Amino acid sequence: MRRRRGTKFTIPSKYLLLILTVFCFIVMAVTFTTDFVAEPLNSAAGFVVVPFQRGVSRIGRWISSRSDELLELRDVLKENQELKERIDELTTEVNSLQQDKYELSNLRELYSLDNQYKDYQKIGARVISKDAGNWFHSFVIDKGSNDGIEVDMNVIAGSGLVGRVTEVSTNYAKVVSIIDDKSNVSAMVLSTSDRLIVSGDLQLMNDGYIRFSQLMDEDGEVKAGDKIVTSHISDKYLPGILIGYINQISIDENNLTSSGLLIPAVDFAHMEEVLVILTKKQ
Amino acid sequence: MRKNLTIIVYIIVCFTLQSTLFKSLSFGGISPNLMIVLTSAFGFMYGSKHGLTVGFFSGLLIDIFFGEVLGFYALIYMYIGYVNGIFQSIFYKEDIKLPLALITASDFIYGIVTYLLLFLLRSRFHLGYYFSHIIFPEIVYTILISIILYPLLLATNKHFERLEQRSVS
Repeated sequence: MRRRRGTKFTIPSKYLLLILTVFCFIVMAVTFTTDFVAEPLNSAAGFVVVPFQRGVSRIGRWISSRSDELLELRDVLKENQELKERIDELTTEVNSLQQDKYELSNLRELYSLDNQYKDYQKIGARVISKDAGNWFHSFVIDKGSNDGIEVDMNVIAGSGLVGRVTEVSTNYAKVVSIIDDKSNVSAMVLSTSDRLIVSGDLQLMNDGYIRFSQLMDEDGEVKAGDKIVTSHISDKYLPGILIGYINQISIDENNLTSSGLLIPAVDFAHMEEVLVILTKKQ
Repeated sequence: MRKNLTIIVYIIVCFTLQSTLFKSLSFGGISPNLMIVLTSAFGFMYGSKHGLTVGFFSGLLIDIFFGEVLGFYALIYMYIGYVNGIFQSIFYKEDIKLPLALITASDFIYGIVTYLLLFLLRSRFHLGYYFSHIIFPEIVYTILISIILYPLLLATNKHFERLEQRSVS
């Protein structure tokens, strides 16, 4: 803005601050109470920023994977030696396992749950950016409503649950992961069908755990190592998706419920590609 | 006009880097807060008005992509930018101490406010843990990055001042 243009109308910063503060509060109230999401704003921002994020995240991934490779090379050589020895051990073990396999296939019919989510239609997506702050764990994927993605679709990676889609724009979508501090998932123990709540916790996340609580386990059958899957009663998550394995379990002070820690099935730190299940619960 | 365009480019570049590259280069899950550096620097270099506008748009961008409600981060960043603008009168280009102190303070305030509003209100009481594992590492990393970023912003500042002097004379 050149000064030559003459008297230009300017607002003192104090009033500008006041106006924008009021504006922020109004927008916060509107987005909090209603489902109205400023769609044009989202698509405009998506149009400008998402292409950059795509490019730069590829560079970032390249750099971090190169540095990881260098660090890992030494370990890999040592590991290779160890693995060769283990091959011999394992071949003998395979023989005995083949007998167990027959037994397993019978049991698996009982847990037909496991096969259910193989039939869902899925679409692959790439993680292009992660939460700008350090407090929460949401991320942005490069597929949006153009690719048929809708709010509340479940997101998985490998074999485990990652989270669900919470916001969709034309060319990107936001996913909140189950390790996010605000996330709660209704789940159950696969072996006993006891229900529990899995909730993300920032404090535990650095150690690679998520918390579970309110497990009604009257017979005390649930133990460390048990599989936790999403439950039938959840209204957002499809049933039977693997969440993780119980690591620690203890009975609460009320002597009725148990709680503890579980190890998620997905490696959230190195997640690059995810699958979005195109079937929704409702 | 050219100044506004530069500000927009800075905001987009910093946001993109912060949410992509620096997430890949994070130490122990902590990445630096470039948006705070930007907001704070524009505040004490150009005054409250620039500080609050840069803060507002930086925060808004974070809100759009990662926020739960629109306007929350915009508000925090805007006030940080405004308060930094007050220090414009004692800002000298040769002095590096004040900028670093202000950026540190800004990031600290940001961390504390985020904790108070988004964690304490959901009864997460371990301030000590959050301070030592999130807020403090973030400040250290941010300061390291701002040692690289700040001279760049300073050079832009000098460039614009030269342009302004030329157009006045």
